[in-house]
Amino acid sequence: MHEACTLTITELKDLLDRKEISVPDIVASVYRRIDTVEDRVRAFVTLTREKAMETAQKAQDAIQSGALNSKQLTGIPLAIKDNMCTKGIPTTCASKILHTFVPPYESTATSRLAGEGYILIGKTNMDEFAMGSSTENSGLHVTKNPWDPERIPGGSSGGSAAAVAADECIAALGSDTGGSIRQPAALCGVVGMKPTYGRVSRYGLVAFASSLDQIGPITKNVRDSAVLMNIISGHDPCDSTSAPVPVPDFTAVLGKDIRGMKIGIPEEYFIDGMDREVEEAVREAVKQLESLGAVPVKVSLPHTGYAVATYYVLAMSEASSNLARYDGVKYGLRSEGKDLMEMYMNTRAEGFGAEVKRRIMLGTYALSSGYYDAYYRKAQQVRTRIKDDFGAVFRDVDAIVTPTTPTAAFRIGEKTSDPLQMYLSDIFTISVNLAGVPAISIPCGFTSDNLPVGLQFIGKHFDEESIIKLAFAYEQSTVWHRRKPSL
Amino acid sequence: MKYETIIGLEVHAQMLTATKIFCGCPTAFGAGPNTQTCPVCIGMPGVLPVLNRKALEFAIRTGLATHCRISPYSRFARKNYFYPDLPKGYQISQYELPICEDGHVKIIADGKSRRIGITRIHMEEDAGKNIHEGAGNYSFVDLNRAGVPLMEIVSEPDIRSPLEAVEYMKKLRAILRYLGVCDGNMEQGSLRCDANISLRPAGQKELGVKAEIKNINSFRFVEKALDYEIKRQIKVLDSGGRILQETRLWDSARGITESMRGKEEAHDYRYFPEPDLVPITVNQQWIEEIRSALPELPDVKRARFVSFYGLSEYDTDFLISEKPLADLFEETVKLGGQPKAVSNLITGDLLRLLNAENKSIEECPLKPKQLVGILNLIENKIISWTMAKTVLDEMYRTTAENIGIAKLELPALEITADAIVKEKGLVQISDTGEIEKAVDDVIAKNPKEAERFKSGEEKLIGFFVGQVMKLMKGKANPQMVNDLLRKKLSSQP
Repeated sequence: MHEACTLTITELKDLLDRKEISVPDIVASVYRRIDTVEDRVRAFVTLTREKAMETAQKAQDAIQSGALNSKQLTGIPLAIKDNMCTKGIPTTCASKILHTFVPPYESTATSRLAGEGYILIGKTNMDEFAMGSSTENSGLHVTKNPWDPERIPGGSSGGSAAAVAADECIAALGSDTGGSIRQPAALCGVVGMKPTYGRVSRYGLVAFASSLDQIGPITKNVRDSAVLMNIISGHDPCDSTSAPVPVPDFTAVLGKDIRGMKIGIPEEYFIDGMDREVEEAVREAVKQLESLGAVPVKVSLPHTGYAVATYYVLAMSEASSNLARYDGVKYGLRSEGKDLMEMYMNTRAEGFGAEVKRRIMLGTYALSSGYYDAYYRKAQQVRTRIKDDFGAVFRDVDAIVTPTTPTAAFRIGEKTSDPLQMYLSDIFTISVNLAGVPAISIPCGFTSDNLPVGLQFIGKHFDEESIIKLAFAYEQSTVWHRRKPSL
Repeated sequence: MKYETIIGLEVHAQMLTATKIFCGCPTAFGAGPNTQTCPVCIGMPGVLPVLNRKALEFAIRTGLATHCRISPYSRFARKNYFYPDLPKGYQISQYELPICEDGHVKIIADGKSRRIGITRIHMEEDAGKNIHEGAGNYSFVDLNRAGVPLMEIVSEPDIRSPLEAVEYMKKLRAILRYLGVCDGNMEQGSLRCDANISLRPAGQKELGVKAEIKNINSFRFVEKALDYEIKRQIKVLDSGGRILQETRLWDSARGITESMRGKEEAHDYRYFPEPDLVPITVNQQWIEEIRSALPELPDVKRARFVSFYGLSEYDTDFLISEKPLADLFEETVKLGGQPKAVSNLITGDLLRLLNAENKSIEECPLKPKQLVGILNLIENKIISWTMAKTVLDEMYRTTAENIGIAKLELPALEITADAIVKEKGLVQISDTGEIEKAVDDVIAKNPKEAERFKSGEEKLIGFFVGQVMKLMKGKANPQMVNDLLRKKLSSQP
C-alpha cells in the first residue's frame, strides 16, 4: 500500500470506510512526510501538529464507538492558506504586520470543512497579503517548487500548491485574485480551482481585492476538487457578495461523456514570448480533448490585451483601501512614533514588504481625485468589456481552454527585480477574475526540465460543472496527474 | 456693503435601530467602552459587512416624509482616511448613488413660509470615539459607536439666515421623531450638523467662497455659530479681504468659530464603490408599503389642528412640536375636553411640572382620563382655574409616587381629580352669601383703596380679588368675586 500521505481524499475515505486505516495513521503519515521534506519545500508558516493529532484521536474514537460515520472529510488532513482566519490559530497573511494576529473567529470556508470533520495540518505560506505570483514576496520565507527547489512554486497560494504536490497534505485551500490558485497549481503539477465569484463565501478571508478574491481548492486530482467544492460552496448570510444560488453536486458530472461539448480556443491566449514547450503541451491537450469527442472552436476575446493593466489598477485600488486597517491601532505590529502620524508611518513602513507598499501606493494614486477617472473608472469600463467578451464567446461554446501560464516555473529571484515581468505570469488567469467566471487548472504535460505544465478550463458563471466534467475526462485519459516530484 | 447669506446644512441623524448598520451589535448609548463591538464593527481582517434592512427602511421612510425620490438602485462607497477611531481606515457611506434624492421640507421663520430643498439623504456608519482624558500621554479608543447607523440629510443652499437654519433643524428633528427613526437627542449626539455658509453681495448671482462649520450639537449653537460666522465674514469682506475655503470648528465656550484645516490640507477621501456590499435594489412595492405606513406628519397635523380644533397657530405649533404631546392633546379632547381648555392645561401647567423635573412628555405620569377629570370640574364650576393648578400638582405628585409604588407590584391606585378635590376640601364656593360676606369685609378693611378705585384706579380690582381669595382660602368662584366686588365698590356712596 502507498503511504497515506500520497493518497487522495476519495482514496483515504474508502480506506477509512473499510477500516483499513486509522485517522491517527493518516495524520502521522502526513507529519512524517512534512518532517522529511519540509525543510526543502518550506510550504508552511504554522503547523498545528498537536491539535491535529488530538483531533485525529478523537475522530478515531468516535469512529470506533460507532458514533461517527461517513462525514465527507472525517480524518482528512488539509492545509489552509494563511489568509483564511482560523479561530485561535495565528493567521498572518505572511506579513510582519500581522505576525501576532490570532483571530477570534473562523472563516466560513474553513468552518464548512470543519463541519465535515477535516483535520487542519497547518497554515501555508503565501505572497504577503496574496500579492505576488511566486511566493517570493512572503514576509516570512520563500517556498520552493517540489519539482525543482531552485524554482518558485508560483503564487500567491504557492505554499498550498507546494504542500499538495509534495504530499505534505491531502489537499489544500487557496485564494485566487488574479490566478493565485491556478498559476501555482499549474507550476506545481496539481489541480487548482477558482470558483465563480460569489460561489464560495469570502467571510474570514483576509481581503486583498474584494471584487476579485475567491477561495478555492488545490487538490491532487479533479475528483477531490469536486468533493471540496461541494463542501465550501453556497450562500453565506455573512457575505453579501456570496450568491444565493443552488449548489449542484459537482461529483455527479465526473465520468460523464464530453462528446459534442464545444471548447473555445481563444487566439489571444497563444502569444509571442510564450514558452514553446508549454504551447506544445497545451496544443497536444486540445487534440486529446478532441479525441475524446470535444469540438474545438476558434474564438476571440478581443480585450484580453488590456486585462493585466485593468487588473492591476482595480486590484491595487481595492488593496490600498483594504490594507488601511493595518495601522498599528488595534492589533498586529505597532511601531513607536513621536505622534500619531509618525506611529502610523513607522508601523506601515516596518510592517509591509516592498510589493505590498508598491501596490498601496499605486492604488492610492489611482483612486485619488484627479486620477480616478483616468485610472479606476476607466479600468471598470474595460472590465465590463472583458466580461462582455466572455459573455459573447459563451453563447457559442461550453468552455474555453487555454494554457494556465505562459511558462513553466521560473527560477527563484529571476523576476523579482522586474515587477512587470512578474505580473505577466498571470496573463492567462487574470481575465477570469475580472469576468468573475470559474476556471480550473490541471496538469497537461511536462517540459524537458521535468517541470509541470498546466491546462486551464474556463466556464460560464456558476457553471463549474462543465469544466469539472471536461477536466475529469481529460485527466482520466492521461497520466500527468499521477507523476510525483522526487524529493 | 449689503450681503446675502447662503447657508446649507448637512444634518447627521443617528437611526433608532436596535443593532448596528453592518453587524448585530447593539446601538444603546452609554455602555462601557468597547463592550458593544464585534469583529465586523471593529474592522478585523477578513470580516465583511452585511446591511441592516431596518436602517434601509428608516432611510426610505425619511426620504418619503421629506418628499424625496427613492432610488431603485443605490450603492455604498468607501470614504478613505486614517484616524484611530475609524477601525477599517475607511467609512462605509454612500456617495455617487444615494438612497434618497431631491426632496424638501417647509419651514416658517419670521412669519414667512419657506421651502428648503433636500439634495440627498444617504446612509453611513458612524466612527468610534477617542478619549483623551485620564491617560497621561496616551489616548483611548472606544468603538461602541463604530458602525452605528447614520443618515446624512444634505440640504440645498436655500437657507438665508441663522433663524431659518434653526427652524429647518427643528423641523427635521420633529419629522425624524414623528417617524420614529431618530430620537433627536442632540446632547447625546444623535442629531448634529455641519453648516456651510457663504456671503455674496446682494444681487450677485455667483456664490461666494464658503466656510464649513463642523459638528454643531444644539439649536442654540447653530444660531450662535452662524451669527458669529456671518459677522466674521462681513468683517473680512468689508476690509477688502477674501474668505478662505476652509473647515472651521465652533468653540461654544468662547463663542467663536476657528479654523481647523484649509483647502490645501483638505482630505482626498478617494471614494470608490464598496466591493464588499452588493448594490441596493429597492422594489416599488416595498416603498409603497413603507409610504402607506407613514404617520401623520407635522405639516398635515398642524393644518388639521388649526381647522378642526380651532386652535391658534401659536398653540398648535406648540402641541405638534412633539408627537406624544399632540397625541395626549387629541386623546384628552376625545374623552370630552374642550380643545382650548385642554391645550391650556397641557401647554401651561402640565409642561411646567414636567420641565421642573426635566422630564419629556413620554415620561408624563398623567393619563388623558385624569386631565379630563380636572377639566370637568372647572367646567362644572366646582373648582376654579387657580384651584385646578393645585389639583394638577397634587395629581401629578401622587400619580408619580403611585407609579413608583406600583413598580413594587402593588396594585396601582386610580387617582382622580374628584378624589383630590374631596380629600383636600378644594370645592369652589359659589354661595353668593358667603362670597358677599367676604367682599364686604375686605371693602370695609380697605377704605382708602375703595376710594381710589372709585376715583378711577381700575387696576386695584386685582388687589381686592386677591384679598377676597386670601380670605376664602382660594376657594371662591373668581368670576363671582369679581362681579360682586365691582357691584359693591361702585354702588357704595
